[in-house]
Order: sequence, then structure tokens, then C-alpha cells
Amino acid sequence: MADDEVTTADESDDEAAPEEASPEEAAPEAAVAEEPEVAEEPEPAPAPPEVEKLHGVPVSYSRGQTVLHPSREEYADLVGTLRDQGYWMCIDLCGVDYLTANAQRTLPATVSPERFEVVVGLLNMTERSRLRIRVQVPAADPTVPTISKIHPGAENPEREAYDLFGIRFDGHPDLTRILMPDDWEGHPLRKDYSVGSIPVQFKEAPTVR
Amino acid sequence: MTATDISVLNSALERLNADESVLRLSETEAEARSGYQPTADDSEPERMIMNMGPQHPSTHGVLRLVLELEGETIRRSKPVIGYLHTGMEKTGENLTYLQGPTNVTRMDYVSPLFTELAFSMATEALLGIEVPERGQWIRMLMTEVNRISSHLLFLATNGMDLGAVGMMIYGWREREETLRFLEAVTGLRMNHNYIRPGGVAADLPGGWEDELTALIDVIPGRLEEFDLLMTGQPIWRGRLQGVGVITAEEAISLGTTGPILRSTGFAWDLRREQPYLYYDQMDFDVIVGTFGDCYDRYAIRLQEIRESIRIIRQIMERMPEGDYKVQDKKVTPPPRARIDESMEALIHHFKIYTEGYKVPEGEVYVAVESPRGELGCYMVSDGEGKPYRMHIREPSFVNLQTLPHLMKDSFLADTVAIISSVDPIMGGVDR
Repeated sequence: MADDEVTTADESDDEAAPEEASPEEAAPEAAVAEEPEVAEEPEPAPAPPEVEKLHGVPVSYSRGQTVLHPSREEYADLVGTLRDQGYWMCIDLCGVDYLTANAQRTLPATVSPERFEVVVGLLNMTERSRLRIRVQVPAADPTVPTISKIHPGAENPEREAYDLFGIRFDGHPDLTRILMPDDWEGHPLRKDYSVGSIPVQFKEAPTVR
Repeated sequence: MTATDISVLNSALERLNADESVLRLSETEAEARSGYQPTADDSEPERMIMNMGPQHPSTHGVLRLVLELEGETIRRSKPVIGYLHTGMEKTGENLTYLQGPTNVTRMDYVSPLFTELAFSMATEALLGIEVPERGQWIRMLMTEVNRISSHLLFLATNGMDLGAVGMMIYGWREREETLRFLEAVTGLRMNHNYIRPGGVAADLPGGWEDELTALIDVIPGRLEEFDLLMTGQPIWRGRLQGVGVITAEEAISLGTTGPILRSTGFAWDLRREQPYLYYDQMDFDVIVGTFGDCYDRYAIRLQEIRESIRIIRQIMERMPEGDYKVQDKKVTPPPRARIDESMEALIHHFKIYTEGYKVPEGEVYVAVESPRGELGCYMVSDGEGKPYRMHIREPSFVNLQTLPHLMKDSFLADTVAIISSVDPIMGGVDR
């Protein structure tokens, strides 16, 4: 591709500021297909063993962000311990369905991939740092313990994950649908839930009179 | 800033878990049980379940509240949401990264540029591209203007909800002036689709400085009028002070961010704490309150408009020349003029707009400070041209969880003040 023009010509932009001919116009970029380089940040102490651990669970780094991979059994305890260590806020919780993913996930060697994942973001407000927790949840038994007793703010995000993915949160005080109607069938954000041409379900509208 | 320690946080958590301010009723149960609840004996006062909304002028769209009342006092409550749910996260999985901002901009329609920004920054983090300096400064400028328009809308609706109906007209007028600038730059008043992965859609138009200067010169004077109209007024203070109180520890436990958290005295603003774009070079104050009540939340938002104007002035001084979008040909389509001359450019343009570009596999979470708090985007790519999973952490959605706690044991008349001070945008809540 020979289009190395860097001007900002835009057909609708008549009154744009008079543009000086870009000096870099003539510089033909040879490296068009440059490999995007990952912005790497210094990882805290890259340990030599194959399965690196942080807070007692396997850890990986994704685009400079720290990701913990506890098992379902370790998960709630880990969130509790981390809260005592300064990760006061559960900033985000969502589900992911990896049913149709093309690429293999990069997980630590000891973590075996499952269909669902629950992804939790934790925020340390004194150190201003973040941690992400990814819990593998098998399709046969999509259940994880709730963390809404530790972080009440996770209550609605957990309901959302239940509503849209069908992941059940054990011990949740009010595990009902939150975005979809109560009587909706299926979990829309699952990858095997088809898009379009589905019968529209509405609640049976009760007559007033 | 209060030094929160873990013991205080734990006692707040115990309080939240014990005080039963959330009404655990499903939608259908609430419908079935609405009306008076006869008690078995007369020892306890009668309680009534009442539905407020979704069609109610003061619920900011389609928020429905199920309230358990004892006389005129709210004992327990529950926000019921989903009336505006259109499955935008699912839609996002079927759109290319270039089309993505068109989708996410419709989530929080009052501050659309922030959602676009979070989406674009997440995509860029996955791609590993760096946006040119001017592009970043334009993003900062535009989001600050958007913050002003969002807070002006809050002032308008907050006034309207509390009976200061004149304020609705004034807030709307100022907001419209702000939107006029956004329209001049992006072409649309709302749903801009302006911030895109790789930069912004178009350069700032000629004469933008004059237009923006005229805007930010006029707004401070108007803010003083608002001060006269509301801030010092005894009725206004009486309606808001001491209403809907929350502590910093409760707010943290509930995952609350933005003006609600700052109203408790906890200075947490991502622009300061985890700076993105060039906020680390900006000189501005993080506005905090003291009492965590509706009045503090009102005053914080009013004051934040002034801080945004301060930031805008600094940006205008320092706006650099250069590219406004990345010149990586994998991401950026060729300029329109090239298409008439070069067939390769035409093919390139066609491919980018139909197939999109492939994004390396991985997952990333990026957060920005929207007018309502932390707005995050969790994006998973499996190496294809569309996001495998695109989750937006909407501050409105999370902040709504504070409502039952803010409203517990307050009067029914205060619900409107409290909903308004949380400033939920239902498009963002329901997505």
C-alpha cells in the first residue's frame, strides 16, 4: 500500500484551519505491518519458577495488569484476605463465556480452562493499584461462592452475571434476574444464545379492568 | 481525606449486612404484595409496599423503586432496573472495533464521550498502539466539556426534582450551549462516536478556540447565578442537608465512586489517583464534601464544573499540533481524498470498514473518571476483528446500590432528592 499521506483532508471540513503541507508527507513508511508492541510495565519480581504465585495463587500478567487465578474453592477466601490487605473495593464483577473463543487462553500451567469465567476487579485505594481475579467456572456446574458478604457492592454485578450468563452465586441474598424480565428463558450473553430472530418474550400484560 | 482503616471498614460492612435496608422481593412478588400489609397483631405498625416508577417524572427515566413504607417513612427499598436493557454488551460482540464506539456511546447518553474513551483506551491497550499527542489532548478537552454538560444536566434535574423549576430551564440552557460546542466538533449533540480506537474521528474545526472561549467565559457567571438561586437558599439547604447520608466506608463497601464517594470526604478521583491521558500535568483540585449528604453531592458537582473549566483553560494553552489519530495503517483508514486517487487506498478503506482490523488476543481492564464515577471497560479479544467480550463497568449501575441505604428511615418526600443526588442515567444502568 502506497498511501503514506498524513494530511487530515476531510471532505466535510471546508473551514478547517489552513493546513500546512505536512513535512512528514514524503517519508514513506516502510514498516507498515509493524507488529504492535505490547506496552510492558515492569512486572513486580518476575519469579523464575514455572507457575508464579502471588497471594498464594497462580498469577499472570496481561498488558501490564496483574491477574490472579484462584480455584473456585480458594476464591472467596482470597477476596476476603485481599480486602484485609488493602483491596477494599470490588470495582467490577462480570462473567465471560469462552465457548466459541478461537484462541487458547493464556493461563498459568496449573489452571485448566473452563467454559465460564468470573472476572473480578479489586482496587487498592492506598497503594492505588489494581488486581484482577479470574475464576474458572465449569459449564456442568456453573456455581461460585458469592463475595457479596465481603463486598456488598458486588451484589448487583453478581445478579447481572447470573442473569446474563446463568452463573449461580452460592449464598447470594437475592439471586434474581436484574436486567431481563423475571420470566425470561435463557441467558442472553452466553455464546450459544443466538442473536436475532428469536421470539420476543414479554411479560403477560395484565389487564387493568 | 479520611484515613480509612480496616476496622472502621469492617464495622461499616457489618452495619450494611445487618441493617436490612434492601427489600428482598422479586419484581413479581413486589407486584403481588403491593398495598397494605396487615400484621398479625397490633404490636407492629402496618407496612405498605409501594411501587414508584418506572414511569415517574422524578425517576430519571425508567427507574422503578419498590418501597416498604411505615407511614411516611421508608424502611426498606429496592431499585428495579432493566426497563431500558437492550443488550448492548451482546451487540458489542457483533460489531467490529471501529463500529464499537457507535454502540457504547449510547449507553450513558449524558456523558457519551467517556464510554467511547474507555472503549477506545481498552482497544488501544490490546493493540499496543500509542495515540498521538494531539489526539490525547483533544480527548481530554472533549471529555472535560462533556463533564460540564453532564453536571449541568444534573443541576437542572436536581433543581426540577426539588421544586426549583426555574433551575431546570437555566441548567438546560447552559447545557445546550455546551452541547453546541460538542456539536461543532463532533457533528452531533449526543451519541458522538467521536473518540475511536486510535485517536479521534476528526480534528478540531477552525475557530474552535473562539467558540470554546466564549463558552467557558459565560459559564462561570451563570454558576454564580445558580449559587444565588440555590446554594445559599434556606429552603434548598433544608431540603438537602442531612438527607441521604452515607459514610466513606459504606460507600467503599458498596463499590461507589465519583461524587457520592467524594461527598463523604474521601478524595478519590481517577484523574488524580491513577492519571490517564495527560491529567498528571494538569493543575486542578479534587472536590470533596464532609457529610456525605445530598447537599454535598450537589455542591461537589457544581464546583467540579469550575474545575473542569480550569482544566480546559490549561488544555487550550497547551494544545499541541500534530496528528489527531494514529498513523498505523492497520488501524486507521486512509484519508478520504486518497480514495479517489488510489485503488489500494480504496481497497484498504473497504477492508477496514467491512472486516475491521484484528486485535491481538488478550484481556484488559481500563478505567476513566466519568462524571458519575469510575467507568471501566473490560475487553477480551480472541484475535479476531470483533471483541470477544466487551463489558462496561457503569458507575450508574453500581452506584444505584446505595439507594436503599441512603433512603433507609427517611421520608418518602426525600426519595426524589436522593435519587436525584445519585444522578443515575438509566441508559448506563441498563445498557
